[in-house]
Parts: sequence; C-alpha cells; structure tokens
Amino acid sequence: MIDFELTRVGTPDAAIQIAAATPTAQQGATIRFIAGGTNLIDYMKLDVETPQHLVDINRIPDLAKVEKQPDGSLKIGALVRNSDLAQAPEVVAEYAVLSQALLSGASAQLRNKATTSGNLLQRTRCPYFRDLAYAECNKRTPGSGCAAIDGYHRNHAILGVSDHCIATHASDMDVALMVLDAVIHVQGTKGNRTIPIGEFYKLPGTTPHIENSLEPGDLITHVTLPALPEKTKQIYLKLRDRASYEFALASAAIVMQVQGGRMRHVRVAMGGVGTRPWRMPEAERALEGQAPEERVFRTAADAALKNARPNTDNAFKVPLAKLCMIRALTTVTNA
Amino acid sequence: MLKENATTIGTPVPRIDGPYKTTGIAKYSSDHNFPGLLHAVPVCATIAKGKITGIDTAAAEAMRGVVKIYHYGNAPHLYRPIPRDARVDEARPAFEDENVYYSGQYVAVVVAETMEQARAAARAVKVSYAVEKPDNRLDLSEGLQEDGLHEANKRGDVDAAFSTGTVKIDAIYITPVETHNPMELHASVATYDSGKFVLYETTQSIVNHRTAMAQMLGVPVENVQIIMKFLGSGFGGKLWVWQHSLLAASAARDLRRPVKLVTDRRSQFTNVGHRPRTQQRLRLAATAEGKLTCIQHDYSSETSILDNVGENCGESTPFLWSTPNLRVRSSMSRRNVGTPTAMRGPGAVPGLFALESAMDELAIRLKMDPVQLRLLNEPEKDESNGLPFSSRHMKECLTLGAEKFGWAKRNPVVGSMKKPDGTILGWGIAGASWGAGRIPTSANFAFRDDGSVRIGCATQDIGTGTYTVFSQMVHHITGISMGRIEVALGDTSLPPGPLSGGSRVTGSLFPAIQDAVNAATKQLLQIAVNGVHSPFKGAKPDDLAFSEGRVYRKADSSASGVTFEEILRSANLRSAIGEGSSVASQQDPKAKGLSLHSFGAQFVEVEWDPGIARLRVSRVVTVIDGGQIINLKAATNQVEGAIVMGLGMGLLEETVYDQRYGHPVNANYADYLVATHADCPPTIDVTFLDYPDKAMSEIGARGIGEIGLAGVAPAITAAVYHASGVRVRELPVRIEDLLQPSTRKHRA
Ligand SMILES: Cc1cc2nc3c(=O)[nH]c(=O)nc-3n(C[C@H](O)[C@H](O)[C@H](O)COP(=O)(O)OP(=O)(O)OC[C@H]3O[C@@H](n4cnc5c(N)ncnc54)[C@H](O)[C@@H]3O)c2cc1C
Ligand code: SF4
Repeated sequence: MIDFELTRVGTPDAAIQIAAATPTAQQGATIRFIAGGTNLIDYMKLDVETPQHLVDINRIPDLAKVEKQPDGSLKIGALVRNSDLAQAPEVVAEYAVLSQALLSGASAQLRNKATTSGNLLQRTRCPYFRDLAYAECNKRTPGSGCAAIDGYHRNHAILGVSDHCIATHASDMDVALMVLDAVIHVQGTKGNRTIPIGEFYKLPGTTPHIENSLEPGDLITHVTLPALPEKTKQIYLKLRDRASYEFALASAAIVMQVQGGRMRHVRVAMGGVGTRPWRMPEAERALEGQAPEERVFRTAADAALKNARPNTDNAFKVPLAKLCMIRALTTVTNA
Repeated sequence: MLKENATTIGTPVPRIDGPYKTTGIAKYSSDHNFPGLLHAVPVCATIAKGKITGIDTAAAEAMRGVVKIYHYGNAPHLYRPIPRDARVDEARPAFEDENVYYSGQYVAVVVAETMEQARAAARAVKVSYAVEKPDNRLDLSEGLQEDGLHEANKRGDVDAAFSTGTVKIDAIYITPVETHNPMELHASVATYDSGKFVLYETTQSIVNHRTAMAQMLGVPVENVQIIMKFLGSGFGGKLWVWQHSLLAASAARDLRRPVKLVTDRRSQFTNVGHRPRTQQRLRLAATAEGKLTCIQHDYSSETSILDNVGENCGESTPFLWSTPNLRVRSSMSRRNVGTPTAMRGPGAVPGLFALESAMDELAIRLKMDPVQLRLLNEPEKDESNGLPFSSRHMKECLTLGAEKFGWAKRNPVVGSMKKPDGTILGWGIAGASWGAGRIPTSANFAFRDDGSVRIGCATQDIGTGTYTVFSQMVHHITGISMGRIEVALGDTSLPPGPLSGGSRVTGSLFPAIQDAVNAATKQLLQIAVNGVHSPFKGAKPDDLAFSEGRVYRKADSSASGVTFEEILRSANLRSAIGEGSSVASQQDPKAKGLSLHSFGAQFVEVEWDPGIARLRVSRVVTVIDGGQIINLKAATNQVEGAIVMGLGMGLLEETVYDQRYGHPVNANYADYLVATHADCPPTIDVTFLDYPDKAMSEIGARGIGEIGLAGVAPAITAAVYHASGVRVRELPVRIEDLLQPSTRKHRA
C-alpha cells in the first residue's frame, strides 16, 4: 500500500469537486471514493489500486436510505449497506430476487460493510489481476497481455470475453439489478445523469481496463428500481463449490409473471459467467409467451449459452450455467 | 488413591482455558509486545526459480521508520540444523545464497519501527533476478517408474499374486497440495538480552524449537527459551521451525531490540509447509469370495528442490487389512515449491484415500458390500511384523458404525436412493487408522502451602485441550479438585515434554505425571514425619498414605487426615516437589512385542442433486477405537473438526499453482476453499469405543487428534460414486468431475 491522503466530505458537491481531478475514473485512478472499503482497500493492500487520495463519502447525509418514490419505483441510496438492503421490507416484499442475491454474496461481515455503489463497482477476483508478480494483465496494465487465458481460469467468464481479457464480473447484486432494469443515478461535474444498468458496464474488448461509463468526478448517488408489474415470480439461484462465502460459478436471476399458463415479462440474467452481469435476451425471447415447460427452458438455456466462448478449465461452466438456468426457471414457475 | 466415582476421565469436562479465550485474556505469541519492539516484514521472491542478481534497498532504506534491511549480501550468519538432531523441514537458512527455489521464498527482510512502515518499505525493495523456468508439473508419474521406487515394506510375492488374482483393481489416485491455513498466522516475537534469547513462537513443539533455533543461531541451547502459551491451531504446519523465526531472532540479536514478525496469509501457502501432492498406484487382487491376495501400494510425493520431506502414504497399508502378499514402495518428485511438511495425519490420510478407495472399487467389482469386504479381511495380528495388536477393535467400529448409520438399508445400485425432491443419496464407507505410542515425557509437580498444586511440562496446548487433560489426570491421580490445579505448559524452562504432533501428547503424559506426583508425595510424607509441628512427627513415611488432598495414617480413614497445605505450613515450606518421567513405548516392557495403532470407521452420506450438479455431505457417522478417552468434549470436538476438515479435503481444498510461473494462484482465505459452517453436515455422530490400551499406560489413552480425518475423503468419494456413478480418483471432487469427464488442464 502506498501513502495516501484521506478527505472526509459532507456533501456530494465536495466529493465531486475533489474527485474531478483524477485523470480517469477507471484503472489507474489517482483519486477514489471510499464507501465500505471492502473491495478498494483489498486492492490497495495488493498495490493493484494505488490512489493517492481517498474521498470518504460515508458522511454524506441521505445516501443510506431506501425510499419508495411517488411513481412506485424504489430509490436505493449509494451507501445502503448490502445487509440492510437485503432486509429492507420493500425489497423483501417486491424485489425478492435482489434480497436473495445480496444474501448469497460474500459473508455476513462483508455484507455489513459493503454498499450499493461499492458493489456496483467491485472489481474482478481474477487471481492474475490481483497479483503484481504477473506482468501480464491488460486490465491492470493495459497492453501487457492476459495471464489468465493460458493460465488457471476455472472461475473465468465464458460470455463477453475477448482475446484481451476473460475476467468474470463477480457481483451477485448486479445480476439481480439487471433483471430489475435498475437505473444508476450519477452526479458529476456536468450535473446529474441516469444510466440504465444495461448500459453501465463495458465489455472488455481491447480495453479491459475501462469497465464502466463513469468519468472523473462521477459520484453514484443512488439506484432506482422501476415498479414491477403485478405478481411477479422471482428467484436468484447461485451455484458454487462450497455452501457459503464463495463467488458464483454460475448464478441465475429471474423475474417473470405466469398468466394463463404463459410466461410474461420474462427477465433473465446470469452471474459468474460473463465479463459483466449478463442479461440474456435470447433466453427471454425463447420463454416469453410460452408455457413453462422443461423443453422450453432447455431451449432458452441453449439459446442463452450459444455464444459462450469457454476456455479449458472453465468449459464446465457451459453445462453448469444451463442447469442453473433450467433449475431456476423450474423452481420459479412452480412457486 | 482415588474415590471410585470422583474421576473426570472420559467425561465431557469444559476446557479450563476456555474463559481465557472467550474473554480475550489469552495471550497468543504475536500478542506479546515489549518496549522498543521493532517489526519485521519479509520480501518474498516473485519468481519460483532463478538467481537474485541485485537487491536495491536505497529507496526502501530512505523510508520513514526503516531500521535495517537484511538480505543474502549483508545478513548475519545463520547455520543449518544438525541433521537428525533438531528437526527443521526447510533446512536452508533464508539468505544462505542468491538462489531462489520457490515462489515466495524470503529474499530480504525489512525491520522498521511499525508494521506499516516495514510493509511499505518491503514493497519498495527492488530485487532483480535471472529467471529460470520453474518445474511445477502436476504429473508425478516420473516417480512411479520401477527404477525410482524405494521399497518400504514387503511380504510374499505381489507380482505373482496379482497376475493370478481373480478380481483385481489397478488404479492411480491423486491428492493435491493442501495448505494447513490455521486461523492464527505463523509469527515470532524475539527478544535478546545479554546473550540470551527469549522467543515467543507459534509452535507445536517448543522443545524441538529451542534445539533447532540454538543450532541455527549458533548459540548454546541454554541460551534459548521458547514460550508458547496459546496456539490458534497448527495442523502440523507449526511442528517445525520455519525461516521467519530465524529472521526475527537474528534481527533481534543484531539490533539489540525486540523484533516481531507476523507472516501474512499468502506466506502460509509458500513459506511454512504444506501437504505435498501425491500420486499413488494401488494394485489389489482378491479371490472371488473377497479374500485379499495382494496389496501393492506405490506412490510418489512432491517435495522441494533442496529438502527430502515426502508424504509417507504407506503408513497404514502394511497392517490395515489381511493379505499374504504386500509391497509398499515410495519416491519423491522434486518441484519448485516451498518445503512440504506434516499435515494432520501425514501419510496415512492421503494414503488411506488411495487404499480405501481401491477397497471400495474392489468391493464393487466383487459385487460385495464394502463393509463386508473389510470384515472379511480383518487381520488377526499386525501382518507387517507378526506382532499382536495392543488393542484393535476395527470390526466393532465397522459393525457399530453400520448399525448407527442404518447401513443395512443401503441399496447398492448406483443412483438408486432417490429422495422425493429428486436428490440422490450416496452412502460410502472407509476404514481409518493412525499410529499410537508414547514419546519420552517429563514433568514436575508441586504441592503448595496455599492448598494448590502445580503440574509443569514443556509441552504445549495447541488449542486441543491439553491444559484440561493435564488437570484431569492430576485430579484423577490425586483427587484434588481441578479448581486447585495449576497447569504450566508452553515454556522450555519446564521439564521437557512431547511435541504436539502425531496425536502423541495425551497418550504420553500419564506415566510421567504419575511419576512426578509420586515423587512429590514421597517428599510430602517425608515432611509430614519430620516437621516439628506436624501431627505425624515421628511416624514412618510407610505408615502414612495420601489421598483426596490429605495425609493420614494408613490405619485410619482418609477423612481423619491432615491437608497437605497444613503439613507444608507446619514446616514453613512453600511446596513439596517431585520430578517424573516416562520412556517411549519402544522402551516400555508393557508395549514390547505389540503393535500400537488407533482404528476407526467412517460412514458418509452425500446428497447429490444432478439437476444442478450440487453435492453436499449430509451425514457422517464415525466410530473411533482410540483407547481410553480422557475428555469426551475435547475428543469429540477433535473428531468433529477432523471430519469437517476431511470434507474440505474431499470436496474443496487444493492449492493451485500457475504451471508457467510456479506461484500459488489461490493463496488467500477466500480463494483457497476450506469448509465453512454452512458446509458442515447437519449430522456428525461420533462414537468412541473407549477400550483402554494398557500398552500405552495404566489409564490406556492413545490420542485422537488425527484419526478423525483418516478415511473421510475415501468415504466421501465412495458415497459420490454410489450416488452419481462417477469414481473420482483425484481430490478434491469438483463439480466439473461430475458434470463431464475432467478436462481441467491444470490436472495431471
Ligand atoms: C472475500 C470476499 C468475498 C466476496 N464475495 C462476494 C460474493 O460472493 N458476491 C458478491 O457479489 N460480492 C462479493 N464480494 C464483493 C463485495 O460485494 C464488494 O467488496 C462490496 O460490495 C464492495 O462494496 P464497498 O462499499 O465495500 O466498496 P468500496 O471498496 O468502498 O468501493 C469499491 C469501488 O467503488 C467505488 N465507489 C464506491 N462508492 C462509490 C460511489 N458512490 N460513486 C462512485 N464510486 C464509488 C470506490 O471508489 C471503489 O473503486 C466479496 C468480497 C470479498 C472481499
Ligand atoms: S482475465 Fe483480465 S483481469 Fe485477468 S489477467 Fe487477463 S486481462 Fe487481467
């Protein structure tokens, strides 16, 4: 870890003003906001993140609230702790998929610290990204290569990969946010703007060090979840080696209605398999309007994974992801 | 001496050190702080093979708080330990030369005023290397070639028996590198004053630690004192000295200031040992009726470039089952890894994975129940040496375990035991065994004038309950209540005691404690007959007896007697003291001509959900033949913990090395998977048969720290096969093994 300056701010404006001076909000940022710190400090201790200035946003008032909006949407403050969000009555009642996803993530201690905005911006757990002993990591050092592609990559992505990076986006929460069509609210040097979560994350392509659409100074203030149609069924299913405290090998978030024996408003996303939280429009198309039958589920799973590009160690994720989706669909439609 | 009903032996006594731990009073080694304390942080090699070509410390030295940076160019001289005298698995002192043999090897150490400063400066040390390609190949088959194998055990003619065998198994089994990963990091706090070292160490063996440190520091052994009062577990990883201890002690001497070095989590994977990878070939043959005709066990274990620490996989093979023909051969395959070391049940645990897996495969080929197969091959004596077993109740372990588990209800057809929710139950079983025997022990004992007694021994409690076991034994012998018994351990100024390894401590203690108590009692009675104000003045010591804390005339009842504290006070003495000792089992006539081992049977149920490839262990029934149990609570806890560790071995644990660079890839507590609470089977049912082994001692205790881990992994893979039809011969069982034939390229 290198020496850094710490400023505690009380307003979004103060935070933004300081952070605006970083040349980038992506890898190599010299100024970073700190929320729960569970991801940032981890990487600072490993010298993967080397900000010279930390802006502690925890004292900004009103960012830790969960509020129902007049239009029926739910406003989730950037600093709501993952554990609080998972237990928030509105979330438990109306957005169960989010609650389940949050509770399946990390450990109780981490969830108590971790925040909404921090979770959105958590960085990959790729072991080569984490370890400076490897020179090659395009995400850490652009243009240096990728140690994972020919290395150990059991937990790496099979969707959205490029020849430059195959790192998995490891979040559970964000997979649920994908099927809830969450909107991210950002306050920046040029004012406020909203980014639908589907447009928030970038594919690695040739620039895996650029992970999202944030610019210097951009502060996530909150996330909104639009009101859902009546009587949706929801599920988050996470598969992994051990029963707790492990990132997903494959996970599925599903929201849908079943009306008159037909699936409607189908939203499917998967975690543990993509370079970003992976929404699956192919699967949604295959399911929408169909009767909930295993044959249909299978078709949907096949369609969703058709473009998978597995490597050696992670080849099993293709069949595993399909099983995960099929089971999630079976369970949710039976519920 | 003791009232019949007073003993706590075999009962679930709570730990006497429990309150210290739950309140945080317990001082672990790295909790020790001293005025002027400095902090040391090592710089670790970022290559796995090559040579250091330069170390640039200029920037680091200029940093705040940095006191000194040591490396091979400037470090004070350190020695190797005397072979076969002190045990140190990694014998090369850090900084001996410029060579790098494994990833993470210490190449420098920064000493600074604070830990943060030392850490920061350690990052700033620039080391340049001439890098060579490391050898971290997973395939160890080079070690299984005929010419490389060393014969460890042999009877009959296995080749002939195998070629004529009716039903045969010939298979390769593999266990991965496992890292001990105790919660408490290895650490050392070294103080040096007037030529003498007092070292606070995370060690399972203070006595060996002292000898080794004295030899490596080049000072007389009496100049070194080791203190270790509480240990946050070791699992074998803390048995022998590792280089960080030496770095701290050497810096403390050089700088004349106390030095603390706490290794980091990553170092647990590189610098302080691991269970080496093994590749084992088992060849079994049996008659159509299931009588074994031969066992051949060839194995190779990975070891480091410089040391010869292998995994003794054939530990149990020669005597576990009856067979006229047997051959065990071993070899080592060198790799660019840190030196391996003992890990809970070393040798036997990976060895039994292979042997008991092969037995299960044989049972299937014979279409025979796997419990029956084992019952049928129960030996009458130790066939490796012809000696009778001191106390072997394997058959009872198997039959009682089967009964408790409900084994009779098992349908042997693969995948046949479906639950209504679609999950499939798999039931598996394996035998277990672990060595037993006493090691030389001495102790001292004192009666004191305040009514307390004190037992002292330079052994240690590594978190298993040794303090409590001492107290129970003293209580058992003297009848003095446990609240009045002080137990002093973990300090080499006490009489030398056993290392906490090989499950040897509990079994070794009793005769030495008894001897020390007897010696102190003799002195007490002498004081009683000589004391000016003693009520027994003028009596002969032989006329007196001692029990329940009182000295009395043999002719009278003990209640009529006088307390030992009164006797001491009447003579104005603080204490009556005695020293005691016991010899190793090999020197004990009672153990001569006998084969001493513990045995057990593991019954495992897994739940296999093929729809999502989810495998969980749902039930374990374990029956242990481990001699007389001293503390049922501590013993049950040891075995339950071992079973959970076995679950980790079976399904989760594996240290993965990058094949190109030789670095461990998952060297942290999140990516190296150990079983979590959520993984613990809802039912763990542990039974001890409790047959005292009189060859061990009058009390008949053996040790149960390791046996609980033996046999768990093969019982799991047997259950996995029963549920899924997939035989996994390489641990851990992974989702991909069950989804599709293994394509993992990091596998052999
Ligand atoms: C061992 C371990 C296991 C884990 N397992 C899981 C798991 O199974 N599933 C899972 O989903 N997650 C898991 N996590 C990740 C965990 O969810 C994240 O660490 C956590 O959500 C990050 O939140 P934080 O508030 O601590 O973020 P911080 O560490 O404070 O911040 C992370 C990043 O977000 C930026 N940031 C924070 N707030 C804002 C804001 N308002 N505006 C702009 N930028 C901001 C910071 O600058 C930083 O770059 C695990 C983490 C660990 C350490
Ligand atoms: S997968 Fe991405 S993060 Fe991992 S080494 Fe390759 S470039 Fe770096």
